[in-house]
Amino acid sequence: MKIGLRKNSQWRDVWHRLKKNRMAMFGLAVLILLVLLAIFADFIAPYGVDEQNYSEMLQSPSLRHPMGTDNFGRDIMSRIIYGTRISLLIGFISLLISAVVGSILGACAGYFSGISDTIIMRGADILMAIPRTVLAIAIATTLGPGLVNAMIAVAIGTIPSFARVVRASTLTVKDQEYVEAARAIGASNTHIIAKYIFPNVLAPIIVQATLGVATAILLAASLSFLGIGIEPPTPEWGSMLSAARSYIRDYWYMVTFPGLAIMVTVLALNLFGDGLRDALDPKLKK
Amino acid sequence: MAQNESGALLSVRNLTIHYFTDSGVVQAVNGISFDVQQGETLGLVGETGAGKTTTALGLMQLVPDPPGKIVEGTITFNGRDLTKLDKKELRSYRGREASMIFQDPMTALNPVTTVGEQIAEVVKIHKKVSHAEALKEAAHMLETVGIPAERLGDYPHQFSGGMKQRVVIAIALACNPHLIIADEPTTALDVTIQAQVLELMKKLQQEYKTAMIMITHDLGVVAEVCDKVAIMYAGRIVESGPIEEIYENTKHPYTKGLFDSLPSLNTKVKRLRPIHGLMPDPTDLPPGCPFAPRCPHCTDACSTHMPEPVEVAPGHQVCCVLYEKSADAVQ
Repeated sequence: MKIGLRKNSQWRDVWHRLKKNRMAMFGLAVLILLVLLAIFADFIAPYGVDEQNYSEMLQSPSLRHPMGTDNFGRDIMSRIIYGTRISLLIGFISLLISAVVGSILGACAGYFSGISDTIIMRGADILMAIPRTVLAIAIATTLGPGLVNAMIAVAIGTIPSFARVVRASTLTVKDQEYVEAARAIGASNTHIIAKYIFPNVLAPIIVQATLGVATAILLAASLSFLGIGIEPPTPEWGSMLSAARSYIRDYWYMVTFPGLAIMVTVLALNLFGDGLRDALDPKLKK
Repeated sequence: MAQNESGALLSVRNLTIHYFTDSGVVQAVNGISFDVQQGETLGLVGETGAGKTTTALGLMQLVPDPPGKIVEGTITFNGRDLTKLDKKELRSYRGREASMIFQDPMTALNPVTTVGEQIAEVVKIHKKVSHAEALKEAAHMLETVGIPAERLGDYPHQFSGGMKQRVVIAIALACNPHLIIADEPTTALDVTIQAQVLELMKKLQQEYKTAMIMITHDLGVVAEVCDKVAIMYAGRIVESGPIEEIYENTKHPYTKGLFDSLPSLNTKVKRLRPIHGLMPDPTDLPPGCPFAPRCPHCTDACSTHMPEPVEVAPGHQVCCVLYEKSADAVQ
């Protein structure tokens, strides 16, 4: 007797649908490239991240320095490549924090309803009443600059939107007969949330997450730009922009390339996220 | 009313379940009493809204609260009053001692988990076994309900309706419970599959010596699988008894009405005789017999007082004014 577990068949369907979406695939390709850049930055970057060369300060893009050099003679392209690490790290980790916390809170609010729902969702409403950037600035200023603090500042602002999405999906899932059936076989609430609610609300969580990484990266860059996120000399794109801002009149490439890097990353994430949402939406199934 | 006979697996006494909603109190189940013996099948028959599903949920202690509440009554299962069990005891009761088969197999299975995992889950919740052992047990259960074990790793959407209901049955039987509550298990299936599923349930029930409560509005289904029948109307049991008694010696006007609305192969009739009118609004039940407004034999007494159950034959009880004074005043 052969018991073959054909797992993840619905993910295979999603992958098939996703493959047909050219824009999403482009986004995915760019993302993979960025991740590879981040991982192998040490081998790819032509110069060291903090390698200063005062004889080659503020050079325009050339073969030696494809994106030029900055006011300390550092190679901008190398710094951008290293910056991918920081930006992706902040984007993914802060998103992971907010996704986990937000999903758990949202699922509890939706599943238990009543008083826990009121407390959690009104808390979320309060956080949402404050513009995300302002909230992140407030938290980042309170915590002080630094990588971890920037992550926390970015994450907290994203928690409410996760909680809302998950709560809404939980409300529809928990009235399904299979949840009642789970109760009828003696499953506990934690078991039901973990095994029945979460897998069934995963699709909206994933979409929210992919789109959320983009905003998280933007937000982190904004914080660094304002000088309350990652501090120089760490090659964060936002702080590079900030540092280059006084040279914008004469040395266009100092601001252009970090800005482009942010834009390409965010665009890729958004394209991929949109495609993923379409692929996961059962209404579009053929 | 019969006393709590010794040996009854389940005995329900005066069970009353109300839903307290904004628009009033829905009196879904109003003081019903019945017994189920070991290995016996009880058919709970009634039209939509008669309180059958609420009764079933009450027996599983799964009435959604709020708004539902068991207002009164006791449910004694194997000598324990279910209404007094705590959460943990209830969890070990559900699935292990009593389990439920749901109406719509299309929605009763978790769409993102393989059927094997879902069957194994019940086993894992109730028995201390490893995942591999639970899966083996699941494979065995699948074979028992007539699905090849290779399909363990398939997802619910890869099964047809009848197959899904078999999986649901496998889940219900996985821990070999004493009681199965089947809430219209065949309503969502087409007729040929209905027969197969009923046959399977009957076979397994005899094999496992499980008691069963079959909730349905289909008197044909009842005739096929049940030993006893209870006819429900507006949250009350209006007539109950052994199956032959109810089918051969129908007493209550509502039960008669139900049989009259069925087409028969033996007698040729031009038109079926439906029961006129609608079930009374459960938030506003009439003070007397709830069936009185639709009853062809309605008397003045019907609308003022609620008749008590009368035993017209051994085990055959009727709740009707017609039989209250003497067992055969009319007929």
